[in-house]
Amino acid sequence: MCLPAGFIWGGVMRPVKSLLGFALFLALWYGARKLLDVPVYMLPGPSDVARALKEMAESGQLFESAVASLYRVTWGFYLAVAVSVPLGLVMGRIRWVSDIVNPVIQFLRPISPLAWIPIALMWFGIGDKPAVFLIFLSAFFPMVVFTVSGVAGIRETYLRVADNFGLRGLDLYMKVILPAAMPEIVVGLRITLGTAWLVIVAAEMIAVKSGLGYLIIDARNSLRMDKVVAGMLIIGVIGLVLDHLIRLLERLPWVEWSTRRQ
Amino acid sequence: MKIVVQDLNKCFLERRHSIRFLGQCPPGTECRVLKDLNFCIEPGSFTCFIGPSGCGKSTLMRIIAGFDSASSGKVLIDGEECSAPSSRHVFVFQEDGLFPWLTVWQNVAIGARHIHDHEERAEQIMEYIDLVGLAGFEGHYPHQLSGGMRRRAEVARALIVEPDILFMDEPFGALDFVTRLQMREEMVNVHTMFDMTILFITHDIDEALQLGDQVIVFSDRPSTVKADIKLDFPHPRDLGAEPLARIRREVYYLMGLHPAL
Ligand SMILES: Nc1ncnc2c1ncn2[C@@H]1O[C@H](COP(=O)(O)OP(=O)(O)O)[C@@H](O)[C@H]1O
Ligand SMILES: [Mg+2]
Repeated sequence: MCLPAGFIWGGVMRPVKSLLGFALFLALWYGARKLLDVPVYMLPGPSDVARALKEMAESGQLFESAVASLYRVTWGFYLAVAVSVPLGLVMGRIRWVSDIVNPVIQFLRPISPLAWIPIALMWFGIGDKPAVFLIFLSAFFPMVVFTVSGVAGIRETYLRVADNFGLRGLDLYMKVILPAAMPEIVVGLRITLGTAWLVIVAAEMIAVKSGLGYLIIDARNSLRMDKVVAGMLIIGVIGLVLDHLIRLLERLPWVEWSTRRQ
Repeated sequence: MKIVVQDLNKCFLERRHSIRFLGQCPPGTECRVLKDLNFCIEPGSFTCFIGPSGCGKSTLMRIIAGFDSASSGKVLIDGEECSAPSSRHVFVFQEDGLFPWLTVWQNVAIGARHIHDHEERAEQIMEYIDLVGLAGFEGHYPHQLSGGMRRRAEVARALIVEPDILFMDEPFGALDFVTRLQMREEMVNVHTMFDMTILFITHDIDEALQLGDQVIVFSDRPSTVKADIKLDFPHPRDLGAEPLARIRREVYYLMGLHPAL
């Protein structure tokens, strides 16, 4: 049988290659510790971390923390998308709305969501709400910017055709503007979800008493570095899974067209 | 629809003059694109515009369709001056105008929104897809079609509106030679089947002579009507036979070209 080299190297081998990367990473981790004789309290080894993972998984702590973090991210992210995308679509189309709203957004955007923590705690107290609020902030501003830029980049021809066929109002938004801006919105969703995941861990270290961020801080306070690293690993894995899930959106016809256009 | 163009002028304002001379052409600047155009288009006829690139054919078409306004003079459609674009005037643009996120069926449905009965709409959509020879491809996305098929889908989307006037701005310019010949033939069929006025821009003299009931030749900028030719010949037309061959030679000369090149 004769398969093209590209098929084997680029297709079948790809997951194997990424596994190879992880194997190298593990070997480096393991080897460096052995070679430099690093104590556990500086950096635990892979086997220490595996043991900690097993312990936390059995006690249910891991699952609870992950669910708590995901719950906050999901709510904050959905709320942010639900508000920012329509706002961005309107700002992208109606000049005076953009002229009024855009300066404020550009001003608020560079303020780290973490700087809002004191205010979030004042307003919402302890619990899920301040964390959800912080995620909302971290996702809202970039999503508005991505959506506006998606609308601004719509090919003139599509708008002229829409005008010519008398598409107006909601029809215009649903049939032309949203799908035409969708590829850029999805890029925004991907980047923004990544940011939200970064922010939740940091927020949980300060503002709440549950979730993966809290798990890490709590482990540090009891000097369990193996648990700290285990928590970090889980954060990384969940981040990867979230990214893969959101990339499924790229297969929708509303999004796929941009990569297929000749 | 009878279209009458009277003393039409179009000037584009140059940026640095745009505030002081708003709405009129400042003297002495080279911004005049269309100059004193006068012609008349019979209802239900197929009219081709030819002229050098950049002479203002697209601009003229946009003015007739109401997307743009004239600097002076007027366009009368059935005796009435038109100012705003109407859904009775459908454009097929030079560049790909299909929505790539919609299937052929959904694209054609964009033109069928005036049909309120669901079943009838679906039936009509299929009928028009069939008419342009795309039956079996209604579920395909534009990127899955060839250039000629995409053009056909666009024509179907325009025809289903049953427009009074169909505007086509170099619609087949980007197609290969053979596909272009096929599309030409189909345009002739479409025009005999539907009772609508078609305005058709092309840079291809032979295409104009084969399709048009009337061919209007424009000069370079500022553009004037160089020739307004009525072609009362049946289809299919043989451009090699007299008297079309003579007319063809004349048009070539008018455009500063040699027919035997
Ligand atoms: N919006 C505009 N502003 C200024 N000049 C324009 C504008 N649109 C077209 N023109 C000028 O008018 C001329 C005619 O353009 P166009 O109608 O597109 O030509 P054609 O379709 O015959 O190739 C061109 O020289 C172009 O530079
Ligand atoms: Mg043009």
